Amino acid sequence: MVEFADLSLVNWSRAQFALTAMYHWLFVPLTLGITFIIAFMETLYVKTGKEEWKRITKFWMTLFGINFAIGVATGIILEFEFGTNWSNYSWFVGDIFGAPLAIEGILAFFMESTFIAIMFFGWNKVGKKTHLLATWLTAIGANLSALWILVANGWMQKPVGMVFNPDTARNEMQNFWDVLFSQVAVDKWLHATSSGFVLASIFVIGVSAWFILKKRELLLAKKSILIASVFGLISSLYLVMTGDNATRTIAHDQPMKFAAIEGLYNGSEGAGLVAIGLFSTSETDPNNENLKDFSMKIEIPNFLSYMAFLDWNAFVPGVHDLIDGNEKYGYMSATEKIERGKLAISKLTEFKTAKKAGNEALAGSLRDELTSQDFQENYFKYFGYGYFEDPTDLIPNVPLTFYSFHIMVGLGFMFVLLFVFSLYFILKGQLTEKRWFLRLAIISIPLAYLASQAGWIVAEVGRQPWVVQDLMPTMAGVTRISAGSVQTTFWLFAVLFTVLLIAELKIMFRQIKIGPKH
Amino acid sequence: MTNKTPNIIRQVWSFYVNGFRNMGTWGKQVWLIILIKLFIMFAILKVFFFPDFLKTNFETDQERSDYVLEILTEPKE
Repeated sequence: MVEFADLSLVNWSRAQFALTAMYHWLFVPLTLGITFIIAFMETLYVKTGKEEWKRITKFWMTLFGINFAIGVATGIILEFEFGTNWSNYSWFVGDIFGAPLAIEGILAFFMESTFIAIMFFGWNKVGKKTHLLATWLTAIGANLSALWILVANGWMQKPVGMVFNPDTARNEMQNFWDVLFSQVAVDKWLHATSSGFVLASIFVIGVSAWFILKKRELLLAKKSILIASVFGLISSLYLVMTGDNATRTIAHDQPMKFAAIEGLYNGSEGAGLVAIGLFSTSETDPNNENLKDFSMKIEIPNFLSYMAFLDWNAFVPGVHDLIDGNEKYGYMSATEKIERGKLAISKLTEFKTAKKAGNEALAGSLRDELTSQDFQENYFKYFGYGYFEDPTDLIPNVPLTFYSFHIMVGLGFMFVLLFVFSLYFILKGQLTEKRWFLRLAIISIPLAYLASQAGWIVAEVGRQPWVVQDLMPTMAGVTRISAGSVQTTFWLFAVLFTVLLIAELKIMFRQIKIGPKH
Repeated sequence: MTNKTPNIIRQVWSFYVNGFRNMGTWGKQVWLIILIKLFIMFAILKVFFFPDFLKTNFETDQERSDYVLEILTEPKE
């Protein structure tokens, strides 16, 4: 790797961002899903006029309020970090990243100050239907708010709809719709929001299960479980579908991440899917700790090829195919990409030098060359590779990506079964007798959070070493400040967020114990 | 029209004021947490720990562009 920035600075900056993002994501998915569950409950109240539905709605609304209040604005810290710790990255992507984030900020502000206020303050102040509308708009608004963040993240995973301006050193948006409807962005939004629906359904079922075990609030618990089971089952099946789509998009756009997800080192036709695998502690390559062999694996033949390309015999490239290249299947070697990246950087350097020297004629012709379609597609596309010397530095942490993916998928399928059983038991009137299931439902709440976090680890660790896929490596995006100052803020955040989390859990547990107001 | 506007503003104002006034214990607690959190974030973290690097160190967009261009094209320190 080119000596670009202090590795400890890069690692602390990454750790700090990961810590902030992961804590932020502890609060978000519950909001995304529980708002819809509350909206369904309130709809039943408005339709039937039964006070018990109002009581149920208000109880879950209280828990949503606690989660929302503690989590609100935790995402703003990420924006602080963009400006302080990731200034090169922020400048490089500014216009494209800024537009969706600005829309999100405006949407979130209006949603939060208007609809949520009506939800909480408006019970006896506005009509039933107006209140219900506010609840639905809160749910829809929260999920639309997530869209813009995920559009920005999707662009980082697959940069589209822009052109690099060498004068400003920024990527500038050429087509907003390409950015908005990028397959990666759409997949990410659908998958992330549906994962929030599943997590919230499990939360509702788990808390209700606790009431049943305590022999309290049985009516509330059973009705809540019924709603959450139906919503959760539909959402979990949809989650599997969106995950399947997202995986295919990754196989196409981020083949290295896909290879890491499956621990696939050597590509093949009719590749098998490793359903369960354990990595050995010994390394396959002594020069790269990211490459480890399986000590045990259970493989489903041909399934990976089908999952990636909907063809049982398709060729799926492994890590080595992507590093060494595979002419037969059209995969360019990393060395070739590095050469093209270096050429793109050297052209940009020539442009910079010509501009500095006041040689406008040369700068003009280089500008034309840099922004030409041919250069953008064949050289600038590999710009980020120019920062590397050793192709193996392009390999992400395979074991971490593999384990995170398999934990997420394994738990995802377990949740489908959980919803099937909860729906079956509640419809058969057997739920109160199934104490083992009620306990499992409670344990599933932290498991849902684990699956949700694991999903983000797959998305973000799996795409390393990139901060913008193929264009900007993480080391180039980081601000050159002292690693010590980043360490300080890392620990500050660790303390702040942990205090917030403890506060949320304390208030949340107490409100659950109090139960709904009579 | 001129009479209606202040009424709407007053109604919205009293809607929020009454809402906050009649909040339950948990509501007051979470609002306290929100205010402390926002104070820590904007009055301490943002001011003392998170200056915008490019805005603080450079005056114009051109200077910022030049700096980032320099960074992008000079990988070796």
